Amino acid sequence: MTRGERRKFWTGLAFVSPWVVGFLVFGLYPIVMAAYYSFCNYNVLQDAQFVGLINYQEMLEDDVLWKALYNTLFYAIFSVPLGLIVALLFAVLLNRPIFGRSIFRMLFYVPSIVPLVAIAMIWLWVFNGDVGLLNYALSLIGIDGPNWLADPAWTKPTLILSAIWMVGGAMVLFLAGLQDVPRSLYESAELDGAGAAKQFWHITVPMVSPVIYFNLIMGIIYSIQELVRPYIMLPDGGPDRSGLFFAVYLYQTAFRDLRMGYASAMAMLMFFIILLLTWAVTKLIQSRIYYEGA
Amino acid sequence: MLSCDNRVQDTTDDGRVIVRYWEKWTDFEYDAMRAVVDDFNKSQQRIYVEMTQISEPDRKLILATAGGNPPDVAGLWSYNVSSFAEKGALTPLSNRLDAVGINKGQYIPALWDICSHRGEVWALPSTPSTLALHWNRRLFREAGFDPDTPPTSLTQLDEMAEQLTIVEIKRDNETVRVRYTELTDSEKAAKDFRIIQLGFSPHEPGWWKQAWGYWFGADLWDGDRTIEADSPENIEAFEWIAGYTEKYGVKNMLSFGESFGNFSSPQNPFLDERVAMEIQGVWMYNFIEKFSPNLDWAAAPFPSAYPDKLPNVTIVECDVLVIPTGARHPDEAFEFICYVNSQKPMEKLCLGHRKFSAFIEYSDGFVENHPNPFIDVFIELAKSPNGKTTPRTPIWESYEDELIVAADRVYRHIATPRDALAYAQNRSAKAMARNLRVWDATAEARKKEWADQ
Repeated sequence: MTRGERRKFWTGLAFVSPWVVGFLVFGLYPIVMAAYYSFCNYNVLQDAQFVGLINYQEMLEDDVLWKALYNTLFYAIFSVPLGLIVALLFAVLLNRPIFGRSIFRMLFYVPSIVPLVAIAMIWLWVFNGDVGLLNYALSLIGIDGPNWLADPAWTKPTLILSAIWMVGGAMVLFLAGLQDVPRSLYESAELDGAGAAKQFWHITVPMVSPVIYFNLIMGIIYSIQELVRPYIMLPDGGPDRSGLFFAVYLYQTAFRDLRMGYASAMAMLMFFIILLLTWAVTKLIQSRIYYEGA
Repeated sequence: MLSCDNRVQDTTDDGRVIVRYWEKWTDFEYDAMRAVVDDFNKSQQRIYVEMTQISEPDRKLILATAGGNPPDVAGLWSYNVSSFAEKGALTPLSNRLDAVGINKGQYIPALWDICSHRGEVWALPSTPSTLALHWNRRLFREAGFDPDTPPTSLTQLDEMAEQLTIVEIKRDNETVRVRYTELTDSEKAAKDFRIIQLGFSPHEPGWWKQAWGYWFGADLWDGDRTIEADSPENIEAFEWIAGYTEKYGVKNMLSFGESFGNFSSPQNPFLDERVAMEIQGVWMYNFIEKFSPNLDWAAAPFPSAYPDKLPNVTIVECDVLVIPTGARHPDEAFEFICYVNSQKPMEKLCLGHRKFSAFIEYSDGFVENHPNPFIDVFIELAKSPNGKTTPRTPIWESYEDELIVAADRVYRHIATPRDALAYAQNRSAKAMARNLRVWDATAEARKKEWADQ
C-alpha cells in the first residue's frame, strides 16, 4: 500500500467509523454478551453465574416456550405469504393508470407509519366480540361473529388478519420493482395473445421476483420477532396462551421474571431459527429469482 | 453499565440534600402524595424531596438500579418486595427501623408482614387496601331483595346472582327480557340467550381470579418453600369458577364481558349498573364518585364458602416506599419514609387516596370524617385473621401468571380445575425449586450482608 492509499484508507475508515463504532457497541457487543449470558444465571442486579447448558436443557422442558414458538411460526406461515400476496396485488392495481393514483398510493401506505400501539388499540375495538365493528358488519349479512380475541381458536387468525393492515412498506417496494418492468415485454405478450392473468404470472412475477425474495426474508424476520401488536392486544398471551408469541414470552422472562440468562438462551434460539429459515428459503427459491442483467 | 452519577445534582441552591423520589400514581393520588411531600419540604432545613411521576416504576427501577443510578426512594407495590429484595434491588431497613423505634406493633400486622422477606423489613407502607363485596342497592330492590342485606355465604351469593341476572331470549318468535330464575329448565340447559345484566361473575373485574382459593380456605403456598396451587381448597374454588360458565354459558359470559368499557370510565359495568355485585378494593369509592355519583351502593365483607369457619376473608395489599440499592442518600431517604410513616402525614396521604391508614391507631374523627361511608368495613377486613397477603416468594409474578392461565382455562372449559391446577403446580414448583437452588447456595452470605447494612 502506497502512502497515498494508506491515507485514503484511514480517511475512509474515519468516515465510516460512526457506523463501525455504533455496530460494535450497540450491535456486536450485545449479541456476544447475550450469547455468553445464555450460559449463565443472570438477573441484571447480581453477577452472572456460569451454569453451562442448564438454560438450554430447561428450554427443552419448557412447554410454554414451545407453545409460543408454535404460535409464532403459525402466525409467520400464514401472515407472510398473505401479506406478500396482498401487497403485490395492491401494487399491481396502484401501478395502473387510474384516476387519483398518488392519493390511493398514499392512503394504502399511511397505515404503515401509524404507531404500532395505536394500531393495536384500534384493532382491539374492531375485533371486540360484543361491540366490535367487524362483528357488527358480519351481523348485517347474518353471520354471528366469534369472540375474536377471547376464543383460543380465533386469537391467531385475528393477529394474522390485523397484520394485513401493515402491507404498505412491502407494497412500495413492489411498486418500485414494477416500474422497472419494461413495457415492451407486456406489448410482445399481448401480441402473442397473452391475457392479463398470463402476463401477470409470466412477466410481472418473474420480473419482481428479487423484490418478492427480499420482502419474503424481511417478512420472516419481522414476523418471528413480532412483539408490540400481540403484547398490546393479548398482554398475557390471550386465552390458554393461544396468542402468546415467542418475543412476548422472551420479554416477560427477561423483564418481568428477570431471568436474563434464560431469556438470552431464548434469544439465541430465535436467532438460529431465523437464520435457518432464511437459509432454507434462499436455497429453495434461489434458482427461481430472475435478476435482470445478471 | 454506564452511569450518569456525576450529572446528578446532590443539593439545592440553599444547600439541602436532594432526595429523588419516584411516585407511581397520577391524578388525585399523585396530588395526595404531592401535598405530603410539600409539607415535608416546608418542615425541612436539611432535605428536599424531588418527586417525579414514573410509569411502570417496577420495571424501570430494576434497570436504573442495575445502571447504578436509582432514585433515593421509590413507590412500589407490596407484591414487588420479596422479588426485589431477593434480587438485591433494595436496601434492608431493619437496623434503621430498630434505631428509630418503628416496629410491627404500630401497624396493622398483615401490612408489616408484606413489607418483610426472609427475616428483614424492606419497605414501609404508604397507602393500604383491602377487598370487599360491593353491591348495587337499586338492583337488589328491583330483584326483590332487602338492599341492606348482602349475601353471607358464597352459596347465597350464587343464588342471589341468579335472581339479579337478566337475559334476553326468543320465545314464540318474540324477544323478551326475563330474570335467569324465570327461565324454564330447557331454556337454562340450551343457554340460547344474551346476558343483559349479570348478578355476579368471578371474572369481573378479573383482577383476583388467581386468588379465589382464599375464600375456600386455600393459602396458595406453605409460607416457606412449597407451592400449593393444587390443594383441595383451591380445586374447589376453581370448580366454583367453572360453575358460572357452566350455568350461564361460556360464549354468553365472554360476549357480556367483551361489552365492558375500561375500568376507569363510566362504562365500567358496575358503575353503569350492568353487574349487580362485584369484588372491589377500597379505591372503588373514588370511581363511583367520579363516574357514577348517583349509584346507590354499599360494601360488606365478601362472603366465603364456609362463613362460620372463614369469616372476613380479604386480600390485604399496600403501596410501599423503598430505598433502592445504591441510592445516593439512603439516610435522608429513610428520614422521608419515616415522615410519611408518622400518624398525621400518613392519615393525610390516605385520606387523599380515600383509603385507610396503615396504623392500628387513628386520630379522632379519621373514620367519622372519612368520605367513604364504608371505610370501617375495609379497616375491619385489614385486621381480620383471614386477611390474606400475596405469597411472599420471589417467583410470585410467574406463579400468579400460571394461576391466571389456569383460571382462564377453567372458566372457558378448556381444562378441568384439577388438570389446570396440576399444570400450574408443576410449572410453579419448578420455578420455586430453581429459586431455592440459588437461595440455598447463597443464603448465609446474603443474610450476613443484609445484617451489616
